[in-house]
Amino acid sequence: MNTTETNFTDAQVQCLAALVEMIIPASEDYGVPGAGDGIIFADILSTTAPQHEAVAAALSALNAVAEATGGQNFATISAAGGDGENIAASFRDQHPKAAELLATITVQCYYRDDRVMRALNMEVRPPFPDGFTVDQGDWTLLDPVRNRPELYRKTE
Amino acid sequence: MNDEPVDVLIIGAGASGAAIAWSLADTRMRIVCLEQGEVMNPLNYPSTRRDGEARNQNDFSISPNQRKSAADYPIAEDDSPIKVANFNGVGGGTVLYAGHFPRFHPSDFKVKSLDGVADDWPIDYSDLATHYAENDRMMGVAGLNGDPAYPSDNAERMPPLPLGKSGEALAKGFNKLGWHWWPSDTAIATQPYDGRDKCINLGACITGCAQGAKASTDITYWPHALRAGVELRTQCRVREITVDDAGMATGAAYVDPDGVEQFQAAHVVVMACNGVGTPRILLNSKSDAFPDGLANSSGLVGKNLMFHPYASIQGIFEEELDGYKGPHKIFRSQEFYETDPDRDFVRGYTFEIQRGQGPVQTALTGLQRDKIPWGAGHHAAYRKLFNRIAGMVAVCEDLPEEHNRVTLDPVLKDSDGIPAPKISYTLSENSRKMMDHAIVKASEVLRAAGAVDILTQAPISYGGWHLMGTARMGTDPARSVVNEWGRSHDVKNLFVVDGSVFVTSAGVNPTRTIQALALYVAEQMKQRLANLFD
Ligand SMILES: Cc1cc2nc3c(=O)[nH]c(=O)nc-3n(C[C@H](O)[C@H](O)[C@H](O)COP(=O)(O)OP(=O)(O)OC[C@H]3O[C@@H](n4cnc5c(N)ncnc54)[C@H](O)[C@@H]3O)c2cc1C
Ligand code: SF4
Repeated sequence: MNTTETNFTDAQVQCLAALVEMIIPASEDYGVPGAGDGIIFADILSTTAPQHEAVAAALSALNAVAEATGGQNFATISAAGGDGENIAASFRDQHPKAAELLATITVQCYYRDDRVMRALNMEVRPPFPDGFTVDQGDWTLLDPVRNRPELYRKTE
Repeated sequence: MNDEPVDVLIIGAGASGAAIAWSLADTRMRIVCLEQGEVMNPLNYPSTRRDGEARNQNDFSISPNQRKSAADYPIAEDDSPIKVANFNGVGGGTVLYAGHFPRFHPSDFKVKSLDGVADDWPIDYSDLATHYAENDRMMGVAGLNGDPAYPSDNAERMPPLPLGKSGEALAKGFNKLGWHWWPSDTAIATQPYDGRDKCINLGACITGCAQGAKASTDITYWPHALRAGVELRTQCRVREITVDDAGMATGAAYVDPDGVEQFQAAHVVVMACNGVGTPRILLNSKSDAFPDGLANSSGLVGKNLMFHPYASIQGIFEEELDGYKGPHKIFRSQEFYETDPDRDFVRGYTFEIQRGQGPVQTALTGLQRDKIPWGAGHHAAYRKLFNRIAGMVAVCEDLPEEHNRVTLDPVLKDSDGIPAPKISYTLSENSRKMMDHAIVKASEVLRAAGAVDILTQAPISYGGWHLMGTARMGTDPARSVVNEWGRSHDVKNLFVVDGSVFVTSAGVNPTRTIQALALYVAEQMKQRLANLFD
């Protein structure tokens, strides 16, 4: 990934990649990639660009929590199979807004990936112009309500 | 500078501005509308792109403070648990509204007489009946005649929106408890209507309808008004309404698309900037004759702001429902609409029953409500929510209270240097009790429908989409801002036609009534053209 395009340092990129893969890991059972997958992560990086400052601040906060807990930055601890999950949990507790920002961008990009949409039985396309089909449903359900007496209040 | 006066100058091209522009056009008067936003391009709406859902939180956010487009003005709202939702562009709030389109009931105009609270309106349901009908024809309404919660209106309706799996599941719950429900009246075309195509279930109503099925006024009233000769000037933000020595409005000072200060003279000025935008501009229109803002001798401009506190109650079901497919709204219930002396609150609420969420919103809901963890459990937990959420919101009648108000923020300004509105709003005890009641009742019906878990939020914090009461109508100039036909008591050529004029809010969405009122005011003006300023 070209870090100059996004203005993040390599360390920030590694930190974000480790975090997003932690938030949504790949799963063989469900046949889906993780959010750290190359295509999805590239989308995440470009999506963060307009919020560069807030994302950078969130990553610093995450690393501060990692260093206070494990003595190293988040990416290093996660890569070494360390206690990434607990660090992430402390990060969510201590910096809920920052954690929410990163998680929001992650799911925004993850759930528009072709492979993820297919795994959810979705068609890989925007809603417009084809739209969707919704059944009419059983309108006889309304019969008991049709037979109710008036329930509005008279004014005269 | 345009010293040549137009006959009528309308400020704001949203729900009400469009309606009055169209209605007045048959007088052949010269009518100009100034709108701070642009004409929308539906092909740019989020549902046309794969990143659509993310845009709900960016350029198509319902919050102007988050959206921050050139057309938006900031709103100081730290002193309110409910934040403003709006849209600034041709069509106004109808560009993003859900199109849930109920009428008021006759009883909604008489809450003082019936329940001893707030005030009665100076007009009643029968004054608006023909204007409701005319507005229905212009907007196009889907629904079903015969709702026992309303007097018969014999309106021409397109077939209702589909029940779908979500509607069917929830209707069964209502039937089990013997509660009222009825297919919602919606401003959504379910068959081709007035050159618009029918709804294709995009499920994106509140980010703009790319299909053109939802009746936003940029594609309903405006094409007709423009053809009839109304001039619409976009990207023109009004700073203040000016007055002469006799205390009559002379026109509007505004900033044009190039950022240049302009003036448009007018014989009549009509405010249609909504329940926040209108008091903002009136309060900013100070002069020697009107040191507290224009039309404000009662001191009530900006006061009595009503929002409709909303409670959200969503069920999680085991079976798959409609999820992201289909218009959000399905049916309404008015089982708890009218005052019941056995309850600990007055007035009541409507349940708007709605379908589910898109894939991104489902994940966000799950994460925010601790239903989806970070890490290995994500996928299994996600699948328990995806396409399995459906429920309702309760639209609670908000009673007018003077301390709930719009003022001008002393510091915050928009990009043209015009003071931003500041919202001060406290939830009343009555509203809290009403929302608590709604949560209990909605949970009961969701369980009856088969929900295995329930998510609630009250009030919906970004749910300030109904903006009412800040320039109320009445016959007493000391207790109201405009008279019973929308004319300012103080300034005889100034009218207000948006949600500001509401005396009370009812427990239903306001736009059908806002537009019927705008048509009613237009009719009153037309009948009085010879002596409009007497
Ligand atoms: C997300 C959302 C969902 C909603 N759902 C529903 C629903 O289901 N049913 C329902 O009945 N209602 C709904 N509403 C509310 C509905 O949109 C409003 O009730 C309606 O649009 C209000 O009409 P109005 O004419 O009072 O003002 P608006 O439609 O808000 O129009 C005001 C216009 O004035 C312009 N303006 C403001 N200030 C200036 C200025 N200084 N100079 C120039 N122009 C200015 C604005 O740009 C805007 O276009 C919803 C709103 C939102 C945001
Ligand atoms: S569901 Fe229907 S009304 Fe809503 S956006 Fe889609 S086509 Fe338009």
